[in-house]
Amino acid sequence: MILVFCELKDGQIRKPSAEALSEGRRLADASGKKLGALFAGASCAGSAEAAKYGADVILTAEAPTLAFYSSDAFAQLVADAVKAKGATVLLAAATAMGKDVTPRAAARLGAGYASDVTALSMVDGKLQAVRPVYAGKAFATTTFTSAVQVATTRPNVFPAAEKAGAGAAESLPAPTGDFKSVVKEILAKATGKVDLTEANVIVSGGRGMKNGDNFKILEDLADALGGVVGASRAAVDAEWGLPHSMQVGQTGKVVSPTLYIACGISGAIQHIAGMSGSKFIVAINKDPEAPIFKLASYGIVGDLFEVVPELTKAAKAMGIGKG
Amino acid sequence: MKILVALKQVPDTETKIKVAADGRSLDPADVKWITGPYDEYALEEALRLKEGKGAEVVALSVGGDSAKEVLRNALALGADSAVLLKGDGQGDALAVAHMVAGWAKDKGFDLILCGNKGIGGDNAAMGPMLAELLGVAQANVIVKLEVGDGTFRAEREIEGGSEIVEGALPAVITAQKGLNEPRYASLKGIMAAKKKTIEELDAVAAPAVAVVSALALPPERPAGRRLEGEPAAQAQALLQALKDEAKVF
Repeated sequence: MILVFCELKDGQIRKPSAEALSEGRRLADASGKKLGALFAGASCAGSAEAAKYGADVILTAEAPTLAFYSSDAFAQLVADAVKAKGATVLLAAATAMGKDVTPRAAARLGAGYASDVTALSMVDGKLQAVRPVYAGKAFATTTFTSAVQVATTRPNVFPAAEKAGAGAAESLPAPTGDFKSVVKEILAKATGKVDLTEANVIVSGGRGMKNGDNFKILEDLADALGGVVGASRAAVDAEWGLPHSMQVGQTGKVVSPTLYIACGISGAIQHIAGMSGSKFIVAINKDPEAPIFKLASYGIVGDLFEVVPELTKAAKAMGIGKG
Repeated sequence: MKILVALKQVPDTETKIKVAADGRSLDPADVKWITGPYDEYALEEALRLKEGKGAEVVALSVGGDSAKEVLRNALALGADSAVLLKGDGQGDALAVAHMVAGWAKDKGFDLILCGNKGIGGDNAAMGPMLAELLGVAQANVIVKLEVGDGTFRAEREIEGGSEIVEGALPAVITAQKGLNEPRYASLKGIMAAKKKTIEELDAVAAPAVAVVSALALPPERPAGRRLEGEPAAQAQALLQALKDEAKVF
């Protein structure tokens, strides 16, 4: 069996989990295996949706003690499920939770682990993964010698394709005993916007923005395009009051949106490493020699303080980002 | 309190990656090596705990002779002692976690700090794997840490915000940018570090189970085009192209 650890949010499967499930279905078909979807929480209402993405079996562990995430308890639960079902491949989305629970579960299983993979295949019955290393400056093909193979899928890379599965429900016992660590509180930002790693459109600013207040024009453009705002390391380190969670690059987030608009970003190798996986890159910079133009699908040499507001105006006029 | 800081030697972030002749590893020519940027936050946090509460700080790295530079730097910054576990550096995250756990398991560490990821393999896995092998709590991608009497409270970065994790010591905590602002080594520290010895030990045998079989550079991006004209015309042309050619909208 190929087992996919899935996350629910507001009673729905999170998009990165749906992507992992779809990829799991494809791998299961290619290797003649069953696909299992695994959920854990105080309630797993909504887990039945996994059948839509091809799950043959839907495993749920429901208990009040699982209301808040615990690294060790969830890792134990996931590893136990792998053993109980005889699964040989364990997948999860490379989300904050996925990247926390799967390496711990892999260690428990003595399994090889590959994170943030961008391509998967089954070769001689075993998983093979392609994944960015050095923050995307290179790609490594990873093969496994362990009986169980574990990988997390990078959000926004694998399509969440619908394919009906049997979706037979099965419940699993929740781990008991003392949990070594537990999440006590979630401090969500009030924006309600998606995370950079999951965004389809990113408008990013660099040193050329001159100060933090000027990011307002990027916010306006991002809003008009239905996107979110990122920043280069130069901008984050400039003490303009931008949080590190906005940083795109080797020491920040590695993103792969459909559209990445780089404003006033020269294109340091550190930054390029974090965004070169974007499908389309737009560069707006007043320096025609800026390295970012070498990557750009579309380049605009000009003053971003003139171009960006024009883009916002035109996007609104065209009704982009409304549907 | 006894704190272990695990440090990794990694290529500088400005390094242009070249593939070695074997087709599966990094060509080490022209690579400048540094302490992992996230490991620096881990070390700084350990030093602050030492100054605030009193603690013994042990720096550890897995690798060859060159990794001693990372340890020498840690000593210069204020680590009390340093240990090099000699390994071939080809291990996967699980192998390295086994090596660190094999050495650390009976040393009585209350806290193990490391970066949330190296900036090479980018697996972000050694920390949680180490926590599992030691059977202790973990908290990853931490931007704030409070250590109490046998407990910890940490703020961890997640999508669109953060969460508070509480747990029992011992624990493995992996640092994120924002946790603190790392200090620079003083001349006095650098001189003192030269006199300290770095303990060198053979790491326990731990074969890799995830193996890099090929390393390749990303495909070249297709040539793009420049949009000319006044800002308003450029803006219009861009959105039209994104809509019609790229079909982004």
